[in-house]
Amino acid sequence: MTRRSRGHLAELENEAIWIIREVGAWFERPVILFSGGKDSIVLTWLARKAFHPAPIPFSLLHIDTGHNFPETIEFRDRFVRDLGLDLMVRFVQTSIDEGRVREEEGTNGSRNALQTVTLLDGLEELNADAALGGARRDEEKARAKERVFSHRNRFGQWDPRNQRPELWMLFNGRRQPGEHFRVFPLSNWTELDIWQYIQHQEIPVPALYLAHDREVVRRGGTLLARTEATGPWRPDDDVSVRRVRFRTVGDATCTGAFESDADTIEAIIRETGTARVTERGGRTDDRRSEAAMEDRKRAGYF
Amino acid sequence: MTTPLAPASEDTGPVPTSQVELLRFTTAGSVDDGKSTLIGRLLHDTRSIFEDQLEQVEGVSRRRGTGELDLALLTDGLRDEREQRITIDVAYRYFATPKRRFIIADTPGHLQYTRNMVTGASTAQLAVILIDASRGILTQSRRHAFISTLLGISHLVVAVNKMDLVGYRREVFHSIQAEFRNFAQGLEGVRTLSFVPISALKGDHVVERSRRMDWHEGPTLLELLEIAEAGTRRDRGAFRFPVQSVIRPNANFRGYAGTVVSGSIAAGDQIVVLPSGETTAIHSIETADGPLESAEAGLAVVLTTHHELDISRGDLISHAQDPPPVGSRLAGDLCWMDREPLEPGRTYLLLHATRQIQVRVDRIVHRVEIDSLGHEEADTLGLNEIGRVELSTAAPFAFDLYRTNPATGSFVLVDLRTNQTAGAGMIRRRLDTVRRVSPGAVWQEAAVPQAARESRNGHLAAVLWLTGISGAGKSSIARDLERLLFRRGIQTALLDGDRLRHGLSGDLGFSDSDRAENLRRSGEVARILFDHGAIVLAAFISPRRADRERVRGLIPPERFFEVHVHAPLEVARARDPKGLYRREREGAVGSLPGSRGLWEPPTAPELLIDTTRATPAEAARSIVVRLEEAGILPPDSAQHPRREPS
Ligand SMILES: Nc1nc2c(ncn2[C@@H]2O[C@H](COP(=O)(O)OP(=O)(O)O)[C@@H](O)[C@H]2O)c(=O)[nH]1
Repeated sequence: MTRRSRGHLAELENEAIWIIREVGAWFERPVILFSGGKDSIVLTWLARKAFHPAPIPFSLLHIDTGHNFPETIEFRDRFVRDLGLDLMVRFVQTSIDEGRVREEEGTNGSRNALQTVTLLDGLEELNADAALGGARRDEEKARAKERVFSHRNRFGQWDPRNQRPELWMLFNGRRQPGEHFRVFPLSNWTELDIWQYIQHQEIPVPALYLAHDREVVRRGGTLLARTEATGPWRPDDDVSVRRVRFRTVGDATCTGAFESDADTIEAIIRETGTARVTERGGRTDDRRSEAAMEDRKRAGYF
Repeated sequence: MTTPLAPASEDTGPVPTSQVELLRFTTAGSVDDGKSTLIGRLLHDTRSIFEDQLEQVEGVSRRRGTGELDLALLTDGLRDEREQRITIDVAYRYFATPKRRFIIADTPGHLQYTRNMVTGASTAQLAVILIDASRGILTQSRRHAFISTLLGISHLVVAVNKMDLVGYRREVFHSIQAEFRNFAQGLEGVRTLSFVPISALKGDHVVERSRRMDWHEGPTLLELLEIAEAGTRRDRGAFRFPVQSVIRPNANFRGYAGTVVSGSIAAGDQIVVLPSGETTAIHSIETADGPLESAEAGLAVVLTTHHELDISRGDLISHAQDPPPVGSRLAGDLCWMDREPLEPGRTYLLLHATRQIQVRVDRIVHRVEIDSLGHEEADTLGLNEIGRVELSTAAPFAFDLYRTNPATGSFVLVDLRTNQTAGAGMIRRRLDTVRRVSPGAVWQEAAVPQAARESRNGHLAAVLWLTGISGAGKSSIARDLERLLFRRGIQTALLDGDRLRHGLSGDLGFSDSDRAENLRRSGEVARILFDHGAIVLAAFISPRRADRERVRGLIPPERFFEVHVHAPLEVARARDPKGLYRREREGAVGSLPGSRGLWEPPTAPELLIDTTRATPAEAARSIVVRLEEAGILPPDSAQHPRREPS
C-alpha cells in the first residue's frame, strides 16, 4: 500500500513525524493524550508512521469526563485495539469522588475545566515527561502563540511570557525533574488539513462527525445532543430531530451539534472549506469570556 | 486496518483545496504600522475568519467604541497584549487560497523583540516588510529587512501601508520605494524585492485591487504571495540526513529514522557517517507506506545500510563523495535570546540538527549595531543583540555553512543552568584547518586524555609558533627556551623548519604549495604533541598569513601563541647564519621571504620580540613570563619572587 502525500499535506505530515521522533529521542516516558477525536486519531496515526516498523513507544492516555458520546468511546476502543496499542483511561469522576475537584453547579455545568486535575494526576501517575496532544494553532488565538515543545513547570502550568523560542526544526526538551512538556505535532495543521489528510489516508473516524438524524435541544445558541450526561430534557427545552453532525466529539454537555448534510468525508471537506463557524465556536465553555482558553491553558489544560 | 467506520471517499466532485504548496512568511513592522490590521485584512478578505470570531471582534470593537471594525483584534492573541494593545510574541496564522496554503509568522516590531523576529524568520521563505506611508521608512523596517536576510530569506515584499492617509499619492509610494531600494543594496542575498502600495484598513491592493490606486499596475499583496517562489531549493543541495533515532523492532531489523533535509538518496548509494567517517551503502529506504527506491528532500524515512555500523542519534549521513566538513571550531552569527547575557568562556549546550555537544564561545568578533548595520567591539551579547562569534565544541561534528544549508548550518545554544534556549546561530565559517579525512578512517579518542597528562605534568599544553624571516633569531630563541623549560621539568617538544625538512618533509621544496604543505604537516604534528600535553615550540619562517592561521585553527585560542621574532632585513642579512642570503644573491636558492620573496608579517601576534634589542636568552625568559601570566605554567617562585605590593 502506498499512500504518499504531496504538496502541503506531505509537508505537514513530514513535519509532524520529525516532531514525534524528536519526542521519542528527548523524553523517556511520553504519553499521547488520546480522546478518540479526529485530531488525536491523526496524531496517533502519524506516531505509528514515525516509528514503523517498530511499535509506537508511547502510552495512550484518555481523560474521560464521563460526559461522553457512547459512539466516541466505542470507536476509541476499537481504534486502539486495531492498532495494537494500550490505552489508559482516567476518570474525572474519580477526581470528583476523591474530592480533588468540585463539580460546577448550574445548568451550564461542564466538566471541561475539571479535566485539568485528572490530567495532571494521570501524568504524574504515569511519571510522564511529555504529553503529546493534537491541538492546533488555528483553533484559538492563545494557541497561536504556543510552542510545539511547550514547557510546563512542576505544577503543570504554562507561562506564556516565558516560552522558549523555537527556531528552525530545533526543539529544546531539556527539563528539571518534575517538569514536563506538552508537545503539539499538529500545530501547523488547520481543520481542513486534518480532514483532507483523513480522506487521503482513509483513516477511520467516529461516525458522529458525519451527518445523521438526531434528537437535539437548543440551549444558549448551541444545539446539544441528548446523552446520559445532559440528563433528561427540561420542560422549557426546544427539542427537535434534525440532521446534524459534530465538529468535535468531546464533552457531550458542551459540544455543539450543527445542522449539516455532510455525510461523507468528501462532503465535510467541502463544508469545512466554506465553514462559517470555528470548531471551538461550538463549545460553550470557550465563550464564557474572551480570554477563557488562555486562562485554562495557564492552569495546565490540554 | 478494519473498514473505516465512516465512508472514506466517494467521488462527489472536487475538494475545495486539493494538495497545494505551502508558503511560510513573516510580517513585521514598527508598532502601529498596521501589521495586525494587515493580517486581519488578509484573513478577512480570503474568508479565513469564521462568523463567531468575527462576531467576537465586532462585539469588542463596539464595546471599545472604535467605530470601525478593528481587524487587529483578530490576531492579537494573549491577554497581556489585549491589555497593552500590542503583540508581544511570535504567533502563527493560517490561511489558504485555491493556489496556496500560507503560514504567517507574525512577529512584533519593538526594539526589545529582535529575538521574535529571528525566530519567525528562521522558518520563513519570504518576508513582508511593512512601512507606514505617512511616516516613511523607520529603523524598525530596516531592522526587519536586515534580520530577514541574515536568516537567509531571499524574497522581500515591501508593503507600503496607510496609503489612504497620504491621499493614495503615487509620489509618496515611489519615493519610499526608491529609498528602500537604495538601502537594500547593502543587504546580502536578496533575490527578489517587490513593492506594493496598500491600505490595510480600507483593503486596497491587499486582496482586492484598488481603484483608488489604479496607477499601480503590479500585483496585489496576495498575488505577490501567491507567485513567490515557494521551494527552498533544498532538493538541489548535497544529501544530508541527521539521524533522529535507531529503529530496532527485532533482531532482524535495524534502521535509522530521520528526515532528508537536503538533496536526495537512493538505494545502493554509497554513504559516509559523520563524524566517525565510516562508509557503507544504503540497503533500503523504508516508510510506513512501503519501501521507496529514492527519497528527496523533506521526506521522513528510515534508512537501512548494507553493513551494520555503529550509527546513533546525532550522526549525520551524507553521500560518500559529497560529505560536509567535520570540525570543532567555527565562526557564526549569534542572536542572543536570554535575559542573562552571553558569557564567553562558559560552557553551553549546542543543539545542531539532532546532535548535542558542549560548546564555548571563545571570542566575540563584533556586535552588529542593528540600526546602522555597523560593527562594534563587544565582550558580551545581551538580550536581542546580534554578533559574530567564534565557538569551540568539545568534540568534532559535521556541519555546513548556513548559506548553503540552513538545516545543517544552524544551531541553538542552551543555558545548562536554566535550560533556557539562550541563543540562535548561523554558521558562517569553519575555523579548523581543512582537515581531510582518509576514506574509511575512524577517529579514536585518546586513551589518555590531554587533561590527565596536564595534571600529571603540572602545566597546561600550548603551542608557541615562532615566525620571522631567516636570520631573525627564531631557532636560537626556541633552543634557549626549550633548555629553560626543560630545567623546570616542563614537557616540551621542539619543531624546527630545517629539522623537519630532513625526513618528514624531505620530499618538499620551497614553492608556495610545498611551503603550505610543509606547514600543514608541521601544524598537525604540533597538534599531536599538544594533545599529548606538551608545550610545543615551533620555529618556522611561515611567510604566509593564511598558513599560520590554518595552524592557529587547530589549537584552542587561549593555548596558541603566535610569536613574531623580528629583525630588520639588513640585520638578518648581516647575520646570515646559514648563508642563505648570500646564496640568494648568487642565485643558488630561490627568493627568500622578506628579501626577494613574499613575507606577510603577523598583524596581531600574541608576542612580538625584537631581536635587535634582546638576546635569545632574554627573549626566552620573557616568553616564560608570558606563559606564566597566561596560566599555562605555574608561577616559578624561585626565579620570580613575588613583588611586594607597592
Ligand atoms: N488610515 C489607516 N490606518 C491604519 C491602516 N492600517 C492600520 N491602521 C491603523 O493603525 C493603528 C495600528 O494598527 P495595528 O494593526 O494595531 O498596528 P500594529 O501595531 O502594527 O499591529 C490602528 O489604529 C489601525 O486602525 C491603514 O491602512 N490606514
